Amino acid sequence: MTATLVKETSPPVLGAVERARRSRRRARFIALLFVFPALLLLGALVVYPVLFSIGRSFFDASGTRFVGGENYTEMFRDPATLKAVRNTAIWVVVAPALLTGLGLILAVLVEKVRWATAFKLLLFMPMAVSFLAAGIVFRLAYDEDPNKGVLNAAVVGVHDAFTGTSEYPTARAREGQGLKAGADGSYRTSGGVSPGESVTLGLVGVAPKDLPGGAQPAYAAAGRKAAPDEVRGVVYLDFTPGGGGKQGKVDRRESGLPEMKVEAVRDDGTTAAHATTASDGSFRFTGLKSGSYAVELPGSNFAEPYQGVSWLGPMLVTPAIIGAYLWIWTGFAMVLIGAGLAALPRDALEAARMDGANEWQIFRRITVPLLAPVLTVVFVTLVINVMKVFDLVYIIAPGPVQEDATVLATQMWLVSFGGGNNQGLGSALGVLLLLLVVPAMVVNVRRFRRSQR
Amino acid sequence: MNAVRRGLGNGLVQAFLVVIGLVWLTPLAGLFLSSLRSTQDSASSGWWTVFSSPGQLSFDNYSALLKNAGMTQAFWNTVLISVPATVLVVVLAALAGYAFAWLDFPGREAVFLLVVALLVVPVQIGLLPVAKLFGELGLFGTIPGVVLFHVAYGLPFAVYLLRNYFAEMPKEMLEAARMDGGSEWRIFTRLVLPVGRPAIASLAIFQFLWVWNDMLVALLFADGSSQPLTVQLQSQIRQFGSNIDVLAPGAFVSLVVPVVVFFAFQRHFVQGVMAGSVK
Repeated sequence: MTATLVKETSPPVLGAVERARRSRRRARFIALLFVFPALLLLGALVVYPVLFSIGRSFFDASGTRFVGGENYTEMFRDPATLKAVRNTAIWVVVAPALLTGLGLILAVLVEKVRWATAFKLLLFMPMAVSFLAAGIVFRLAYDEDPNKGVLNAAVVGVHDAFTGTSEYPTARAREGQGLKAGADGSYRTSGGVSPGESVTLGLVGVAPKDLPGGAQPAYAAAGRKAAPDEVRGVVYLDFTPGGGGKQGKVDRRESGLPEMKVEAVRDDGTTAAHATTASDGSFRFTGLKSGSYAVELPGSNFAEPYQGVSWLGPMLVTPAIIGAYLWIWTGFAMVLIGAGLAALPRDALEAARMDGANEWQIFRRITVPLLAPVLTVVFVTLVINVMKVFDLVYIIAPGPVQEDATVLATQMWLVSFGGGNNQGLGSALGVLLLLLVVPAMVVNVRRFRRSQR
Repeated sequence: MNAVRRGLGNGLVQAFLVVIGLVWLTPLAGLFLSSLRSTQDSASSGWWTVFSSPGQLSFDNYSALLKNAGMTQAFWNTVLISVPATVLVVVLAALAGYAFAWLDFPGREAVFLLVVALLVVPVQIGLLPVAKLFGELGLFGTIPGVVLFHVAYGLPFAVYLLRNYFAEMPKEMLEAARMDGGSEWRIFTRLVLPVGRPAIASLAIFQFLWVWNDMLVALLFADGSSQPLTVQLQSQIRQFGSNIDVLAPGAFVSLVVPVVVFFAFQRHFVQGVMAGSVK
């Protein structure tokens, strides 16, 4: 009975189990079809290369001899690679901190203006631009010639606004014509001058085409007599265009040198009077007490023009490239921090305001501590990105300065492909880059697992 | 009194932000104006002199660029690399993301954790081994090679993003579709893809920009006939001064496309970049 019962009912049960198993197998097969293409590419082009590089890093340049950890010790012995390690360290210490700080300040300030959206868009826009294009943008901006690079033009403009420009960087006095040179580049009359006397100070070394516009002949002014309490004189170019004329004498066609600073100096070295020459090169000191003075042309008249800063020279190239990086990433930090700011509890801020806290106290005591998690995310994200920086350094640093600016990613490139051709060391540098981001990898995996629970 | 002080403070804030905005705009303006000047003008004076003598400006550099076969070829190469690399990543990641979120197969959790771990793997570590591999497969120096590399290194983030987005879908919605007897493929194309559109848009924009702006990968994997704009321009940077008539307009063309994408799809763009920053 039971046997027949089993016999009778078992085929349909078995069939259902079989069908369920078959449909499960079918579902699994379909699932694998969905993931297979992606996993194939990931396996062949990401996972396998990671394993290959780790293995390759223990072999020599040609890949035939096992050298153990030699490539890794070489990294810290080879000066070029050591430089790359150092520069990457500078990048990691400086750039993320600056960006997070700047982003925080701007995110707080931008909320106070009505055109916040436009401002955010403008600052975020460089994120769309390639490092190559940004590199070209900044190669232009950092040009050393202040007539071409906008940054140096600004620096020189500010510098000259405070210290003034010198008109005559090339001018000098002839030997033995009454002027002697000082150590600071100034010139001074060798004999004393008393009130009531006139002097003529001849200079050479200024090409007629370099004379300031409106310079007048000095002859008429040189003939004027000085009053009893004044010293008069002319500063002139002791050179007659087309030849002729006499050295040390103001000839008819010789030009005055305008805008020259002149000082009357007492015996004890203190300055008694200042003047600036007129368009015909004439000057006068009035109201001088009797005595003996020296007439001095201060060195600032002859100073070399200020040439600005050598941004892409060996000293400043890394800070300069970090500057370009700030231009690209500040918007990112600002927008991310701004989103965190918008999520802050309004009542905490309102309560603090009611208690009479000022903006700075609110920022320092409430905003920043509450934002700490967001700031950490921004900071860590930037650290990961900064460690891999390549294009900007490769593009902005001019050829000869490349080795001063090199970072891990560029060094890895140079060693493996750019002439170094040492794929053992190159692989080791690649593995080092990977090791540096392993903490981030662990954090990502942990965070994901926690979110799944 | 307080109001006056606040007004004054606000004025200072506005002034500060205006200055920052100008600082951000100036380098770009410099590039654009330089792209409209001749090499001789650029060699002797700064771009700001155009404000006093606008006669220097002309589109000659751009028309020369259009006639420059290498440059136009490089522009099309950029398109031929960026578009397939974007489409492929979106398609493959959507398929895999759906499977990781809603289909059952052995080792699903473990494999997905591996994908999450791959998120931050630097491109550099793949250069050498993949170059060897492509050499054997005949893909080295070709556009498909460059595309495949970009797809592979774009996938971890893409799968991660889409899997998380798809996983948020209500379970009832999928079960109802399955009850109706829809095949997985039908559910995927008719239900999952439309629902996932915002995430897919952000991903597509992010991936497009990533590939469009890439120089490193193409520097190694593309040869002279398959190189994109970035590599073509990079090869001329050694003579920066004398090539400025090509570099400035070329760089401007190469940045105008992503900037237009940026302004056209602001929200997706910002979301894409924010999500992609884990990379």
